[in-house]
Amino acid sequence: MNAPRSTETVVTPAGRAVRSPRHPGAGQTDAPAPSGFVPAVRAVELAVGYERTPVVEGIDLTVMPRTSLALVGTNGSGKSTLLKSIVGLQPVVGGTLEIFGKSPEAASSHLGYLGQAHASGFILPLRAIDIVRMARFPNLGLLRPFKSEDNDLVAWAMETMGVTRLAKAPLRALSGGQQQRVYLAQVLARRADLLVLDEPTAGLDAGGREVYLDAFGRELARGAALVTATHDIAEAVEYDQVLLLARRVVALGPGREVLTADRLLDTFGIVVRDTHREHQGRLVVAERAHGSPQVVDTFDEEDAL
Amino acid sequence: MLRALAAGLLVSIGCAVVGTFVVLRGLAFIGDALAHGVLPGVAVAMLLGLPGMIGAAVGAAIMIGGVTVVTQRSRLSSDSAIGLLFVGMLALGVVIVSRSSSFSGDLTRILFGEILGVSPADLAVQAVATLLVIAAAFVFYRPFLLLCFDPDQAQVSGFPARRYHGLMLLLVATTVIVSFQAVGTLLVFGMLLAPAATGALLTGRLRTMMASAIVFGTGSTYVGLLISYNFDTAAGATVVLVATIVFFVVLTAANVRAELTSRPSAAGWGHE
Repeated sequence: MNAPRSTETVVTPAGRAVRSPRHPGAGQTDAPAPSGFVPAVRAVELAVGYERTPVVEGIDLTVMPRTSLALVGTNGSGKSTLLKSIVGLQPVVGGTLEIFGKSPEAASSHLGYLGQAHASGFILPLRAIDIVRMARFPNLGLLRPFKSEDNDLVAWAMETMGVTRLAKAPLRALSGGQQQRVYLAQVLARRADLLVLDEPTAGLDAGGREVYLDAFGRELARGAALVTATHDIAEAVEYDQVLLLARRVVALGPGREVLTADRLLDTFGIVVRDTHREHQGRLVVAERAHGSPQVVDTFDEEDAL
Repeated sequence: MLRALAAGLLVSIGCAVVGTFVVLRGLAFIGDALAHGVLPGVAVAMLLGLPGMIGAAVGAAIMIGGVTVVTQRSRLSSDSAIGLLFVGMLALGVVIVSRSSSFSGDLTRILFGEILGVSPADLAVQAVATLLVIAAAFVFYRPFLLLCFDPDQAQVSGFPARRYHGLMLLLVATTVIVSFQAVGTLLVFGMLLAPAATGALLTGRLRTMMASAIVFGTGSTYVGLLISYNFDTAAGATVVLVATIVFFVVLTAANVRAELTSRPSAAGWGHE
C-alpha cells in the first residue's frame, strides 16, 4: 500500500519512493506544497468542545503538508469535535488553533471536508456526478460556469474512486459503500490543501479501503495534509501520526509507537488477546461506549509493538 | 375567472420552486409555522384597514424570529415549544378577527383564501414576487443545493450556512405572503408541499423535480378551478385537494411499481 503509511516514505504517482519531507522542502520531487513551511494544522494547548464546555483539553499537535494524522478513539471521545473545530464548524473552547496560519473560519479556501452523516442523501434527487460537481462550487462561486479544468477534475476524481460508471446513477440507488466512494470523490475533486475526513472508510469493503489508501496517499504526495478520524486500528497504523483520544489526550506519535496494548486499553476500555490458532497474538479492541462492548477491529500485535 | 386562474398559476409556480427546497431541506415544519404565523398579522392589518400582505409580512417575520429563538434556547423540547407557538399564533389570530363584525366570513377568507376576489393590483404584486423568487432560486442554486446536501458542507465550502438558510426562509415567507390571498394561510402549505413532494417521488434529478413540481402544481390549479366552477365548491380548497390527491395517487403507483419490479441495481447505470 502506498501512502498514508508514509511514516518515512511517500510513493509518488509515478511509483517512485521518495523521502517523506518531515523537514519541509527536503527531498521534494513534486511541485512545492501551496504553503510550504506553514503547518497545515497547528494546535497549542487547544481545548475543543460544545457551548464552551470542553470535551478534550490540552491538545498540542502540528500537521505539516504532505503528512497525515489519524484520530483514534471511541464514539464521544472528541474525534469529531476536534475535526469540526479544525474546519471551523465548531468554535474552539480554549488555546490556539491555526490552519495554514489563519483562524479555522478564515481558512475554508484550503479545506476539503467529509462529515460523518449524510442523512439527506436518501431523498436528495441527485446523481452521483452532481454530488462530485459540488466540490467545484467554492472555486466557482454562485454563477461562474464550469470550465473544462473543473470537469476534468470531476472526471478524474470519479475515475480515481472507481465510480465513473455510476456517474449518472441516482445517489439513492447506490449502496452505502458506493455512496461513500462518491463522497470521497467529492473531497478529491476539491483539490484542497488540507483534507479532513470523518470515518472515511466507513461502509467501504476491503477493495474500497485499498482504493481510498491509494488515492489519498497520492494526495499526500501532491502536497496536501490529511487528518482523519477512524475506528480502524489497522488503518491508523498507516498514518504518520496517531492521536489517541478518550475525552483526553492518551498519546500522540507515530502509529506503530502509539498503538500499544496498554494505550488501547486506556482508550477503548476493553482489549482482548485472540488465542485462536490462526490469529495467535492478535488483539481485539472492543468499545464500551454505549454500555455493551462492540468489536471495533483486530490488528496484529507484532505490527503495533 | 381568468384573474383567478392567473393568480392560481402564479401561486403554483412560486410554490413549486420554493417547495422543492422546502421538501429537500426538510423545512415543512417552518412552512407550517409561517402559514400559521401570518394569520394574526393579516387580522390586525384588516382591523386597521391596511393591506393584508403587509400584515402577513410582519406576522411571518415575528414567527421566524419566534421559531429561531425557541429552537436556540430550548434544545430538548423545541418540537413542543414550536407546536405551542403555532397554536398560540392561530388562537391570537382568531381572537383578533373575532372583534370584527363579520367574524366567520373574514376568518374563512383568511384561512382558506378567496381566489375569485384577487384584485389586479394583488396580481401584479404576486407576479413580481414570483419572478423574484425564481431569480433568487436560480442565483443561489449552488449554496441552496449544498445546504440540502449537508449544511456543514455548505459552511466549509465558504457559503455561510446560516445566511443561506435565512435567505431560503425569506423565499418561503415571500411565497406564503403573496399566495395567502388566493389559497388562504392554511392551504398555501399544501401548495408548497404537495407538487414538490410528488416531483420528488418521480425523478432522480433536481431540475426535473422542480419542473415536474411546476407541472403538477399548475395542472392541479387548473383542474381544481374547473371542478370548483362546475360543482360550486370552495376554489382554494379544491385546488389543494386535487394537488394532495395527485400526490397520494403517485405515491401509491410508485410503491406498486417498486413491488412489481425489484429495485434496479446501480450496476445497470452506464453512460448515456
